[in-house]
Amino acid sequence: MVEIKVLGTGCAKCKQLEKDVFNALAELDLAADVEKVQDIKKIMSYKVMSTPALVVNGKVKVAGRVPRADELKKLITEER
Amino acid sequence: MAIFQWLNDQLLRMEWLSNLVALLVKNVFDLDLGSNLGGSIHFYIYDVIKIFILLSVLIFTISYIQSFFPPERTRQILGKYKGITANIFSALLGTVTPFCSCSSIPLFIGFTSAGLPIGVTFSFLISSPLVDLASVILLASIFNWKIAIAYVIVGVILAVIGGSIISRSNLEQYVEPFVYGNDSLDVDIEEMTTRNRIDFATDQVKDIIKRVWLYILIGVGIGALIHNWIPQPIIDAVLGQDKWYSVALATLVGIPMYADIFGTLPIAEALVLKGVGLGTALAFMMAVTALSLPSMILLSNVVKTKLLAVFVGIVSIGIIIIGYTFNAISYLFI
Repeated sequence: MVEIKVLGTGCAKCKQLEKDVFNALAELDLAADVEKVQDIKKIMSYKVMSTPALVVNGKVKVAGRVPRADELKKLITEER
Repeated sequence: MAIFQWLNDQLLRMEWLSNLVALLVKNVFDLDLGSNLGGSIHFYIYDVIKIFILLSVLIFTISYIQSFFPPERTRQILGKYKGITANIFSALLGTVTPFCSCSSIPLFIGFTSAGLPIGVTFSFLISSPLVDLASVILLASIFNWKIAIAYVIVGVILAVIGGSIISRSNLEQYVEPFVYGNDSLDVDIEEMTTRNRIDFATDQVKDIIKRVWLYILIGVGIGALIHNWIPQPIIDAVLGQDKWYSVALATLVGIPMYADIFGTLPIAEALVLKGVGLGTALAFMMAVTALSLPSMILLSNVVKTKLLAVFVGIVSIGIIIIGYTFNAISYLFI
């Protein structure tokens, strides 16, 4: 199963990314383990410098922006 | 040369818009532009529309450019410089790196764990909110280019000096220890396609408008009040050019406030039109944008109170000095 982590300290963009991830998964009809990571130390372990950030199966796919639906779906599925 | 003046007047000052709104106020609302009501309604409608148009165009263009400068690249570039050169580049890059204030913690940690001195990081953190390419162009549209360029230069100098002082003051002990506990391997810098960049820029426009529209409406409202309703003697008494305390007062009032710079510009414009010193108005703008309660709370998660206090103190004093200086030399600009 795909493992997704949404990294963010709680601002509006971070919540937006989490919502978009769920929408993308619904459209892809894909089951995934989605975790929202808000703890700063855990976020830093991924070495991202801007939030929100998306981690799929352990790899940081995007940081600092919220990708549009098409790109998001691609980012989720290409890490299988 | 005349063509540049025309471009400036039509694209930035939007004289055509001012004239259109004047027609609206005179012929549709049937108000005299010289009256308080007519004048303030004209000011309000014209300023709001002008700011929203400029905002959209500027944010789009600048976000597109900014997509080439993610923090990861900035960190890589800064790692090559030492001493005050690093502070200078840091302050300059701070103006072009896209930066959501909720990223200030990851960014601070990212820069510091890569080995950049905290002073260099602070130069970035000072220049980033202070000198924003979009608001510089807005400044040029509301005042003129000389003021806009002077604002940039002065903002960058403040960031460089502030960061340098912090670098030289042995304040690393006041950074929370966990910040240093990360190893700083270089991460891949994401390569964006043109489509990605356009999407990013468009989303930035939508995002920022959603965030700031209320500040703009309120800011222009206050500007209109100052412009047409608050009597000259009151403004003179509090912020008049000859009052020694006006710059310090404007700065102290601005520090805890949080408002987007686009909201403060119409207020600064109205104040200057009413005879308040240019430096006083700029000091107010800088205090509101460079320092704010929310960003100080965020920073307190990664630096201890003493370092935070030093940071706030340096920036405040710097702003006050800049304010008085601009007041003294404002005859060069207006």
